[in-house]
This record gives sequence, C-alpha cells and structure tokens, in this order.
Amino acid sequence: MTSNGQQGKPNLPEKDNLPRELGTQRINSPIARMGMFGAKTTGDTSGYGRLRVYRHVPAAAQRPYSDPSDPRTAYFDEVADALERSLKEIGTPYDTAISRVVVDRGEITFHVQREHLLDVATRLRDDPALRFELCLGVTGVHYPEDEGNELHAVYALRSITHNYEIRLEVSCPDSDPHIPSIVSVYPTNDWHEREAWDFFGIIFDGHPALTRIHMPDDWHGHPQRKDYPLGGIPVEYRGAKVPPPDQRRSYA
Amino acid sequence: MTTPTETYVDASGGDWDEVVAAAQRSQTDRLVINMGPQHPSTHGVLRLILTLDGETVTEARVGIGYLHTGIEKNMEYRTWTQGTTFVTRMDYLTPLFNETAYCLAVEKLLGITDQVPERANVIRVMMMELNRISSHFVAMATFGMELGATTVMTNGFREREMVLDIFEMVTGLRMNHAYIRPGGVAQDLPPGTVGKVRELLTEMPKRLKDMRKLLDANPIYLARTRDVAYLDVTGCLALGVTGPILRAAGLPWDLRKAKPYCGYENYEFDIPVSDGADVYARYRVRMAEIEQSLKIIEQCLDKLKPGPVMIEDPKIGWPAQLALGPDGMGNAPSHIAHIMGKGGSMEALIHHFKLVTEGFRVPPGQAYAAVESPKGELGCFAVSDGGPRPYRVHFRDPSFTNLQAVAAMCEGGTVADVIAAVASIDPVMGGVDR
Repeated sequence: MTSNGQQGKPNLPEKDNLPRELGTQRINSPIARMGMFGAKTTGDTSGYGRLRVYRHVPAAAQRPYSDPSDPRTAYFDEVADALERSLKEIGTPYDTAISRVVVDRGEITFHVQREHLLDVATRLRDDPALRFELCLGVTGVHYPEDEGNELHAVYALRSITHNYEIRLEVSCPDSDPHIPSIVSVYPTNDWHEREAWDFFGIIFDGHPALTRIHMPDDWHGHPQRKDYPLGGIPVEYRGAKVPPPDQRRSYA
Repeated sequence: MTTPTETYVDASGGDWDEVVAAAQRSQTDRLVINMGPQHPSTHGVLRLILTLDGETVTEARVGIGYLHTGIEKNMEYRTWTQGTTFVTRMDYLTPLFNETAYCLAVEKLLGITDQVPERANVIRVMMMELNRISSHFVAMATFGMELGATTVMTNGFREREMVLDIFEMVTGLRMNHAYIRPGGVAQDLPPGTVGKVRELLTEMPKRLKDMRKLLDANPIYLARTRDVAYLDVTGCLALGVTGPILRAAGLPWDLRKAKPYCGYENYEFDIPVSDGADVYARYRVRMAEIEQSLKIIEQCLDKLKPGPVMIEDPKIGWPAQLALGPDGMGNAPSHIAHIMGKGGSMEALIHHFKLVTEGFRVPPGQAYAAVESPKGELGCFAVSDGGPRPYRVHFRDPSFTNLQAVAAMCEGGTVADVIAAVASIDPVMGGVDR
C-alpha cells in the first residue's frame, strides 16, 4: 500500500510523514503493519491510517551477557565462553558460527549460521563445560517481512548437569528453506523437525524421513506460515452472522 | 504369474476366524498390523503400525495427527487473554498446566512475573497439584482397563471425580477451565473451597491405600509390568523424554525443583524416583507423586492468605470481579454501579470495553516458559510483535515428545507389551496433535 494511494489524506511526501526522532535503524527495519483499527479503505477517519509500526529487531547484546542485578542471567557468560573455546577446538571461528547473541527477559539466544548448526549442536551436547543433554525440540516462526531471513527455526536446549537453559535461532530465506537436521545429535528432534516442515515448509537436510506429521500426507501448503489463511466460514447465531476470525474487525 | 507375497485382511469388526485362517495360510512370517487409530487402548486416536514376527514386535511405528485442531494457528487471531481458552483444550487431562505454562510465558513477555499476587500463585500451585492427582489417576485407571482390570478403572475414575468436583466448584467447569489468566487467576476461590479441599486431603490417602493394595504387589500386575518397556536415562534424554518416565529411570529431574516457578521453592516436597526404568517403576513413581502432591496442597492451604488474585495493573487485569447474579449469569454489581450509577465513570466503561475487545498489548520479543506437567516438561514458546494478539505461540507438549519412545520401548517385546508400554507413557492425543 503506498501512502498516497488513499483518498482524503494529506498528500505529503513519505519522509515528512515520519516522526522526526526515528533513528535510521528503525526506519530501515521492516514494516510490521500499517494503519490502525483494521480500516483498509477510507473508513478510518481517526488519523491513524498512515501509522507505520516497524518490526522490533532485538539489538545484539554486548559482553558481558550476565547482568549482576538479574540472577537468571548468571551463567550466560560462562556458556558463551565455553562455546567459543569449544568451537575453536574444532577449528570453527566463533564469530562466523554465531552471528548474533540476544539477551532479553532473562533468556539468551544464540543466532547460529545454518552451515555451522550441526557443529554448534554437537559441541553443546558433548563439551563437559556445556553438556546440553536435553533438546526441547525445534519450532518455526515465519517473518514474511524479514527479507532474506523469512523462516526462523528456534531450538530450546537444557543442560541438566549445569541447570542451564539457552535458545538457538537459525534463519533461512523462503527461496532456499534449507536447515541442516540435528536428529543425528538429538534424536528427539525427529518429530519436532517433521512438525516444523509440516507447518512452515522448512526442509531439514539429513533428516531420516522428513514427512508430514500432523496434516494429511497429501496436504498442500504449510498452514502456520503467515501467508496461509486461517480459513473458516461465517456462523449464524440468533439471526446475526459472525464472520470467521480472520475477517472480524481488527483492533490492532 | 507369480504368487502374491502380500495378503490384506480387514479385521475391523469382521470375522476373526477369517483373520486367523489368513494368517495360517500366509507363506511369510512377517505380519503388519495396524492398531488404531480407533482402538480402545490407544488413548484417543493414535495409530500404531506394528510389524510382527509371530508374537514379537520387530518394528513399531507411530502415526499421529488425527486430533490436530490448529490451536497454535488459531491463537494468532485472538487476544492474549483469549489464548487460555484455547490452550486449556490441548492436553485435556492437564488443562491447568497448559494454562499456567501459557500465562507464565505471557507474563515473562510483559515483564510482570514478580507482580503476580501471592494468593494467585498459591491458588495456581494448589490447582496444578490437584490436577496432577487427577491426571495420574486417569493414567492408572486407563492402564488398568487396558490390561483387563476394570476395578482399577472404576476406582481411578471415582477418585478423579473428587478432584473434578473441586474444579467445578472453583472454575465452574470440570475440564477446559480457562481459569488461570495472564496476571493471576480469573476469580477468587468461592466460599467453602478450603473445606472441600480438606475433605479431599483426609479421604484421598485412604483411596490411595486401596489402589496400592490392588496393584503394588498384585502378581498379575507385576507380571505384566516388570521389565516391560525398559528405557534407561540415556535413552530418555536422547529421545527428550521427561516426567515420570525419566524419574522412573533414576534421574531426579523435576522443573519444580530445578527451575522453580509460581513459588514452588517455598514448598517442601520430594521428587520420587525409581531405578526400575520399566512400566512398574513408572506406576510407582506416579503413586508416590500423588502423595507428594497431597503434601503440597496441604501447604497451599496454610499459605492461602486473603488478598487480590489478579495483578493490580489496570492495563492488564480485567476490572471486574465477577459474581453470580440473580439471573445465573456472571456479573459484578459493584463494577456496574461504578460505571453506570450516579456520577458514573464513562472512562471506566471505555477502558473496560477496550480491554475486553482489543485486549492488552505485549512488548515485542520472545519468551519460553516451562512447567512440570504430570507428563513431563510442558513448555510454551511465545513471540509477540507488540500487538494485542500473539505473533506465534508454540507448545512443547510432553506427550508429543514422549510418544517417540514407543519404538524404543516396544521393539523386541510382545504385542501385549505394546499396550503396557503405550499406557505407561500416558499420552493424551489432544496435547500431542494440538
């Protein structure tokens, strides 16, 4: 939707429509949604029609990752140090394998480059200083506006030995939805990877049998992607028609 | 023309003599049996594809997805508060755990974990532990039924009914409560709840004793469960198996102790373990966990101090404490008086309307929260884009992960042991398929 395509709105150049204090990073970040109250035509007279909400891109955390005021973060630096040393032992530079680290709400997320995922997972499981014995599976998240990294695979790992908990995030583009499978390291991911394939279309290379798990085998499409409609029909209740949930009035 | 090597026999309600005759006629030793999805001992709609060599299972494969309802997708089109109504229906035997895991994730995203009132946390713990009792009783009841012990089934469901009566009194429903909400719980405990819980605390130990008398040293039960479906700690961790199965293999891993939530660090209880790693050990662990749950519930009653049950922040907690009106519907006379009465507050009405229709906004980010459900680690991974609805919610359901262990437990055993193995996993297909 171009901003000048709407009738009854001031015809300002695009840059004049933005609040002045926005940083360049925020302007460059992808637009999550436009407008408000769900009005897509001229129906909205509230002035919110041109509102742009940018997608929040969590800033990369800088060392130290542990915040003394937050006990939940106490072990983050230990894990990062051990991982850096462990990757060096197998000749993988830490900075190429881990593109970004995010510390948010007492949780740490390592953004892993997909070609190094298998190495990172193996080291996380086997290194005595890490010992992430338990993988809690993988799930997909679809960010259509994050061009070039539309599909994210999110792994939660738990170390019972040290009582650590971390998250790995791997991304891949829609045009090349391939991520290496880590079933060989964590057999529990068998079904989880099948689920992520079924719902998001992420192809896990090296999975023993990547087939649909929840949807019927002959199903078309991957239902939890954002470009897949929810579906549904209007329901009549006491004479009134209730539209399906994705066609109801949106307040966001 | 060559003779066909495969014979198909449809055994759904058909003539069993025909099946036996076909099996005897068959030239091969290999028999592929399709068990389920509509089989009384598959805990819902679970399909097992068994390859048999005589009585021995050489390959066990699991087919799931028959109960997939798209809960995760649906939640993206509802407000954060409406999410509890969906998640409560996933694993329908542990609704309060689903709700708590979801609410803990939402609260983490909102950054209000520490602001949840003390009383709400105590109520959450109490309801969860009651739920653990009911879930474990169903596990044992259905197990008994599947092995042919119908008394265990009727007793188990009778005991569970005591818990469901309390749920009905507190939440209005026996299942699918939507009682635990982001920021606290939907309503305070109605008068008389404490008395009813105390009644359960005195009655339940006797019932437990009866159950133990029936099963603990029953020779038939022992023969069917001892050394059956063995899975050790290494196997459990590789397959991601948690909960009673992992503890029955000897690892005292319980999130209530390891990563306490809802104030579990303030309660005194033990983690029951066993080293049998078989079906019997899992039964013993579940029994002992019920006893520990009773201990926790008793402590909850002591900790129940008067106070609010919903977060004070008016931007999150719904303003009205609903009460039963004369028309049988829930309403809140004092709140109605506040917005509609003399000098009524129009702003309060607008605020209430906005909060109910639009919902509250959650700052962007992602969070993972996990609880120890009766089946193992139940995790909720929630992503917010800053709007009033979830961007993505995913549940790591323990039954889904634990079911992967069927092959490891059953292959090499007999067909009859498959029933015992699946029952000892205690899967609930509503949670598996979501």
